[in-house]
Amino acid sequence: MDFIFEGIQKAFQLILTSDSEIFNIVLLSLKVSLIAVILASLLGVYLGFLMAVKDYWGKRFSVSLVNTLLALPTVVIGLIVYSLISRRGPLGVFGLLYTPSAMIIGQFILAVPIIIALTHSAIQGIDKRVRNTALTLGATEAQSAWMVIKEARYAVLAAVITGFGRVIAEVGAAMMLGGNIKGSTRVMTTAIALETTKGEFGFAIALGIILLFVAFSINILLHYFQSKRV
Amino acid sequence: MDKLIFKVRNLKKVYNNKIVLDVDNLNFQEGKIYAIVGPNGSGKTTLLNILNLLEKPDEGQIFFYNQEITNKSNSDTLEIRRRMTLVNQDPLLFHSTVYDNIAYGLKIRSIPSKVQKNRIRSALNIVGLSSFKDRKANQLSGGEAQRVVIARALVIEPEVLFLDEPTANIDQKHMDVVERIIKKIKKEIKTTVIFSTHDLSQAYRLADEVISLLDGRN
Repeated sequence: MDFIFEGIQKAFQLILTSDSEIFNIVLLSLKVSLIAVILASLLGVYLGFLMAVKDYWGKRFSVSLVNTLLALPTVVIGLIVYSLISRRGPLGVFGLLYTPSAMIIGQFILAVPIIIALTHSAIQGIDKRVRNTALTLGATEAQSAWMVIKEARYAVLAAVITGFGRVIAEVGAAMMLGGNIKGSTRVMTTAIALETTKGEFGFAIALGIILLFVAFSINILLHYFQSKRV
Repeated sequence: MDKLIFKVRNLKKVYNNKIVLDVDNLNFQEGKIYAIVGPNGSGKTTLLNILNLLEKPDEGQIFFYNQEITNKSNSDTLEIRRRMTLVNQDPLLFHSTVYDNIAYGLKIRSIPSKVQKNRIRSALNIVGLSSFKDRKANQLSGGEAQRVVIARALVIEPEVLFLDEPTANIDQKHMDVVERIIKKIKKEIKTTVIFSTHDLSQAYRLADEVISLLDGRN
């Protein structure tokens, strides 16, 4: 039992002295996941909006497909992206494997369906009169679409935050695509997995606490935006 | 002679094989108030939507200041659409303040914020809600909301203001207020007002001319 208490003690020491290795790992985690989520939001909010407002052939199929992709295991994303970007793969020439870019690609794929699905339901919940009202006041089609997204702003933000919460906590794709290289692609989740197997509980627990803290902050934010949902 | 703002010829609109609007000949003169009277389902809203270029007719022609506007490209209709506005029967306020709601039509026209401020102040004045600019839109009563949407429409300084059943969903007290506002619009701003109502006495109280619609025909 002692090793657990020692681990916790060590963890607080590391956090309180803001250990540089931990600091860099946390920074890289936030950087990779933020970039992935920003890119995923640009595509996901746009597609989620179109799915909600446009009538097109195969609409129901696409909704089911997106909902299925919500359950996509991160190791499967890792497998697919790995096979595309590894040396022998079609995108091998770019040398992306075991770089932060590879992790961003994996997390992007993980976040997009989440953001599409939640944006879709957010936009569907918006009063149909919003678009019409904007048009009567002289809006162009694009301006009226923007107004609809603005009316759904809190729910759309909640979609983005949910996507971020998902990618920062995932380990499968980050491990397979990043390779957990110290100082280059080691993020919180992959470091925790490694340090635990090495028996470095203090280090792992310190990262675990920070990760929990990030998750907690995300949920506070999410709760705030959901309560503003009108 | 007064100028014609709208000329409507042989207008027809069909939904699901049913003719909802079939108007041979209608003229609207600049600066007057018109009431379109008819029971529910008589085609009033459809006529207003078509005149406001929000819907396309299946047949017929509309002239706006003698210029045919029925089969224009989208960018041309936007330019004409921005010279008029429609207040829906069951109006919606955006989830923001009264001020931001009224500013919307000005913002999308890229009107400088200083000018916006002045115009919003005078629009709120006309509807008698000067002190309401910082209120949240969702805290207004039905009658207040109706007056705010009229201000939101007036601030654009439209050449034509369409009001679809402007007093259908509000109480007697606010109905009187809204009627007074409509008279004031004619007197002070000289905007052409075309409103629909199912209340014949209201139509005669307010309008210079009354047009009746029954089953889409006038």
